[in-house]
Parts: sequence; C-alpha cells; structure tokens
Amino acid sequence: MSGTEGQQHPLAIYFWIWGLLFVLSGFSYAVDYFQLHGLLRWGLILLFMFLKAGFIVAIFMHMNWERLALKLAILVPPLALLILIGLMAVEGDYTFLTRSETFTKPPPVAHPTHARE
Amino acid sequence: MSGEVATSVVEPAGVTPGLPGVVGDFGSDKQAFVVPWGKAMMWIFLLSDTFIFSCFLTGYMHVRMSTTVPWPNPSEVFALTIFGNHIPLVLIAIMTFVLITSSGTMAMAVNFGYRRNRGKTTALMLMTAGFGAVFVGMQAFEWTKLILDEGVRPWANPMGAAQFGSCFFMITGFHGLHVSAGVIYLVIVALKVWRGDYEKKGYEIVEITGLYWHFVDLVWVFIFAFFYLW
Repeated sequence: MSGTEGQQHPLAIYFWIWGLLFVLSGFSYAVDYFQLHGLLRWGLILLFMFLKAGFIVAIFMHMNWERLALKLAILVPPLALLILIGLMAVEGDYTFLTRSETFTKPPPVAHPTHARE
Repeated sequence: MSGEVATSVVEPAGVTPGLPGVVGDFGSDKQAFVVPWGKAMMWIFLLSDTFIFSCFLTGYMHVRMSTTVPWPNPSEVFALTIFGNHIPLVLIAIMTFVLITSSGTMAMAVNFGYRRNRGKTTALMLMTAGFGAVFVGMQAFEWTKLILDEGVRPWANPMGAAQFGSCFFMITGFHGLHVSAGVIYLVIVALKVWRGDYEKKGYEIVEITGLYWHFVDLVWVFIFAFFYLW
C-alpha cells in the first residue's frame, strides 16, 4: 500500500476511529468525574490510554499498513524506556524512604531536659 | 586529482569524491524503508521526540514518588465553576476533545490530499490548525489561571508538593510548544497545497505533516492520563 500511491483508505474507517477516540476520551474523563479510586482507577486509565494511543498510531498514523521493517524500527526502540521507568521507580521509592527516615521525623533529641524516650 | 602518486584515496569509478561523496556513499541504493524519505525521517524524528517526552514523564513520576509532601489533587486544581456548577477537570476535557477533533480533520486532509482534491485538503488543514490554535489558547488561559489565581510557581505552590509546578510547566509547556509549531507547519503546508506546489511531487507531504500532528495528539493522551487523571 505504501510507496508511490501513498496511503489511501476508505473514509469510513477514519470516522469510526474518530468516534471511538471520542468515546474512549469520554470514558477516561468519566473515571475522574465519578471519582473512582484504587486499582480500578489506575487500570481503567491505563486501558483507555493504551487503546487511544494504539488507534492513533495504527490507523491515523497508518502504522497498520506500513511494512514490517518500518514498524520494527519505530516501535521496538521505545521498549528501552521500560527499563528507565523501572529504574526510576525503584530509585524514587528509595528516595521516598530515605526522606521519610531523615526529614519528616522530629529531631531525636531537642533538649537534654526534655529528652524523648 | 591529476593522478601522479597513489598516496591519496583510491576512488572507484563512477563515484563522487569529497563531501558530496559522503552523501552519495550513505545514500546510494541503500534504501531501507520503502516509503518517501521525508516520511521515514519524520518517523525517526518522532521516535526521538518520544524519548524526550518519556524522559519528562519519567522524571515527573520520579519526583512524585519521592516527595514526602502530598501531591496536589489535579482533579480539584483544574476544576472550573461554570454557571454555578463546580465541574472537575472540565477545561482539560474540552482541550482533549478539541485535539481529537483536530486529529480527525487532519486524517481527512491526508485522504483528500491523495485524492488530489486541493480545495478540501487546504480547508481541512486550516481547520486542523484552527483547532490547534484554540487548544493553545485554552492552555494559555489555564496557565494564567494557575499562575495568577492559584499562585502556582515552578518552585512552590499553596496546594502541596513544590514539584507539581515544575512538572506541570515543563511538560505542558513543551507540549504546547509542539502544538504551536504544528499550527505554523500546518498553515505553511496548507497554503503550499492551495498554491499547487505539490501537483508534480505528490501529496505525501500532507501525510508527513499529519504524522507530526497525530503525534502531538498522541503525547496529549499520555499527559492527560499521567498528569491530569493519575
């Protein structure tokens, strides 16, 4: 499909995806509007986010109809980001613990006469 | 190159020496992607931009995880009171819908470009740019409200963790910059389409512009999820 004649697809598919993106965005907003909490909230936010991102890349950006070489060249490198995110999550957790331990507790001995136990 | 002694580089027949030769060597008959070169380069640029935005969002995740001060509730910070109704996050929701609408008009423009319908392509691209300008305008309103009314600064804010402001201004600012650049890019290409500059070359340029525009929408999907909803 790609190449000289370019990416030409029936208009209907764009209208479908367009509508779907509206609905999914509405769902995302509803998650906040109805103040869902906990695992349900994070799960739904991520689900709608990945669905929207997937449709935009696959249909609007035509990745679905590109050759495998281009798909791999563009979609595989960002996986390296998972390592960065993992490392930074561990590091953030550690920093939080260190700060809680060092900065948020009252000083151990304020005055000799009022020494805490 | 009068060719006395063979101390210089031996040039095989049929290739250009020097700097133009470098371009020739890297480019000649070694095409990896069977798409117009402009499109491949746009994809590679967008890949690098993915890394930039991901680094911003990862940095945001890190400071949000590591702060011991409570994070301001975005649902409340970005709420607006419209006609006496207090609606959480409403401006951001409208901005999201504006951007999705612009993505749709852009997809249409690409389609009409390949059908060589110059009038409709130009009109749809200008509409897309218009929606983009509306988005930036709403963002300017949001920033103004946050800075003047709520007192949010990159180094402090009255609601909680100081890092909230720095993350917000950096991430949405960088995204807004992309939208603004996209509006200018769209207007330029739209006017060139109207003038008939691409009648001979073909209308891949509309698709390439579209790639950039859809990417801006794509980044917003992630910002919306991680910054505003999380």
